Amino acid sequence: MTMTATNGLPVTFLEAIRQAMFEEMERDPAVVVLGEDVGVYGGAFKTSEGLLERFGWERVMDTPISESAIIGAACGMSYLGLRPICEMQFVDFIVCAFNQITNFVAKGHYLWDAPAPMVIRGPSGGGVHGGPFHSANPEMYFVHTPGLKVIYPSTPYDAKGLLKAAVRDNNPVLFFEHKFLYRRIKEELPAEDYTVPIGKAVVRREGRHLTILSYAAMMHTSLEAAGALAKEGIEAEVIDLRTLLPLDEETILQSVKKTNKCLVVHEDTRTGGIAGEIAAILCERAFEDLDGPVLRVTSLDTPVPYAPTLEEAFLPNAQKVFTAAKELARY
Amino acid sequence: MKKELTRQQHLDLYYYMRLNRAVEDTMVKLFRQNKIVGGLYSSLGQEAISVGTAYALEKKDWLAPMIRNIGALLVKGVPPRDIFMQHMAKYDSPTKGKDGTSHFGDLENLHIVSPISMLGDLIPVMAGVAIAGRYLGQKIVSMTWIGDGGSSTGVFHEGLNFAATQKAPFVLILENNLWAYSTPVKRQVPLQNLADRAKAYGISSYIVDGNDVAEVYSTAREAVERARAGEGPILIEAKTFRRLGHAQHDPAEYVPKEMRAYWEARDPIERHEKFLLSEKLLDAKGKAEIEKKIDTLLASEREFAENSPMPPPELAEQGVYCTGDDCHKIAAKWERPKSEVMPPKSSVAAVWSVEGFGQGKASGGANAPIHFGDAPAEKPAGESKPASRATPKTSAKKLVKASASKPAASRKARR
Repeated sequence: MTMTATNGLPVTFLEAIRQAMFEEMERDPAVVVLGEDVGVYGGAFKTSEGLLERFGWERVMDTPISESAIIGAACGMSYLGLRPICEMQFVDFIVCAFNQITNFVAKGHYLWDAPAPMVIRGPSGGGVHGGPFHSANPEMYFVHTPGLKVIYPSTPYDAKGLLKAAVRDNNPVLFFEHKFLYRRIKEELPAEDYTVPIGKAVVRREGRHLTILSYAAMMHTSLEAAGALAKEGIEAEVIDLRTLLPLDEETILQSVKKTNKCLVVHEDTRTGGIAGEIAAILCERAFEDLDGPVLRVTSLDTPVPYAPTLEEAFLPNAQKVFTAAKELARY
Repeated sequence: MKKELTRQQHLDLYYYMRLNRAVEDTMVKLFRQNKIVGGLYSSLGQEAISVGTAYALEKKDWLAPMIRNIGALLVKGVPPRDIFMQHMAKYDSPTKGKDGTSHFGDLENLHIVSPISMLGDLIPVMAGVAIAGRYLGQKIVSMTWIGDGGSSTGVFHEGLNFAATQKAPFVLILENNLWAYSTPVKRQVPLQNLADRAKAYGISSYIVDGNDVAEVYSTAREAVERARAGEGPILIEAKTFRRLGHAQHDPAEYVPKEMRAYWEARDPIERHEKFLLSEKLLDAKGKAEIEKKIDTLLASEREFAENSPMPPPELAEQGVYCTGDDCHKIAAKWERPKSEVMPPKSSVAAVWSVEGFGQGKASGGANAPIHFGDAPAEKPAGESKPASRATPKTSAKKLVKASASKPAASRKARR
């Protein structure tokens, strides 16, 4: 998809991320990059392409296949005031460093006043037939961890602006990049430096009959469904959450108080997904405003299967969103 | 080796070991009075390791203690009241009661990283500290400790291997106290010397009598100097014995009596004291003065700790996130010119080149070619490829063909 032009050249999601890292490293010598194959090879998806050549071996570190060591070392670096960006080659592998992230990195500020300004980023999500170990959406493991911030953008503009904000943030930030979007969307980006605030959702399409909350690749699926719904006279408001932790409850509530109906769409599996959390928030804070149940369209509660026919059955799509939205609109 | 130390160094080591033991003795009393909130872990008989190794560090260096390294904290400059208050969950403790024991740190002044209970996780963290210190030109060394038990964790391997690949100025002290809770070292590791693990990482190692403080110090000093000089990480195995149980609740009845007796006869403080007296570095009067100094200090430190309040309940939900510059102004302390790490000075010759790299422009986006490290550079039109480049390619092709035909032939033969 092509977004509204401002100036500059249209770039892919992938290139937006590369630009963010490149520009932050140019701006601040405290920013370093480490991960598997991020240097000579430029990253498995080429997101760090050219960084080694520009910034040298001290700032761009190819590491052994040791996720715990990558996260742990980055945490140690951050204690001396560096701002490391760690790449998980595929975000599926982040769980290899689960203890390091949830017990060391996340708890430091609360327990002993030790901020860890670091970013953990990498390609996530399915739809590219990567199979059960290269398609994960593990965001909710970390949304359940106080001390972390969790970002999952859906556009090149947001990806660049949010990644820059993450690098400048004093807290550990997990930054998920949906690999389905890497080369499928392009957007013209401003030539000048900009950031996108962490913790702020955005209304992608205005509507009055129901609210669709989504993020990452499913935001585009939701927009596609909203287009089809409009043809049937149902005006859906589509909100891109962008940040999952902290969640922008105000933007969500504002929209639901207007539309009185809410559908949550995410690619993460159903049980324990963010939709459940949002349903609870709406029950607590907007019960009187709801005219119908909070519905959710999610992936199945299974591992991500490999075969295209199976993965298509596993994932949400515009048709499933359309059907659920129509059901909700009846209330 | 012992002779190389000055009298003051010998006396310092003695003082800190005595202080270490006295702090822990005081905490046993507090524990029995129910004034300690959680568990209490003892380093009885292992004081020489905490004290001797930490004493080898300079003020600017970084350390991260384990649960039994109270001595290292004291050497680094932590006041005993902080240790008491940590155990008592007091509001004035370094973590304000949010965590206990030796789980606290100080990034600004003392350069201490807090441990967590999961063993081994400090190793990559302290490797990162060492790498960052080198990057900033600070010429620091980082140090942490691990037990015989903790050396079996995955992150021990990941961390030490990563530190070795980076040649990080990092010293790891492996305290082999023969027991991981109730499991003897022989059931954990099929090695006589845990220092042998250093071979797997291509790094230097030492084995030291962990109950001889002067030897521990001399060895650690040498290791710290070598690490600082750029030799990479160094592993020191200190042989010792955990005299008490895993914590206060554990009577450690699984330990053979003879083993305990053997090590009790090798108490590090008694040994060092005997040495100091025989070498006339200390006399009865000097010893009494040290004891009085410690008693006086700990009496006031304990009083302060006991008078500190419990944290207010509202603290429970505070401090999860850094709220920005008003909360923490994060600024790396550069001790080398930043220009050394900023382009173009920091850049290196590319192994391969990509059009547009470093210009902040798109490198091709959707049409970006997949690059491999061995892809030949694009040549301007009209320029012929050098013959030397073409030749190995052809021969490589032939090799592939030849080897491909072999398995096929053997499969046929097997049929």
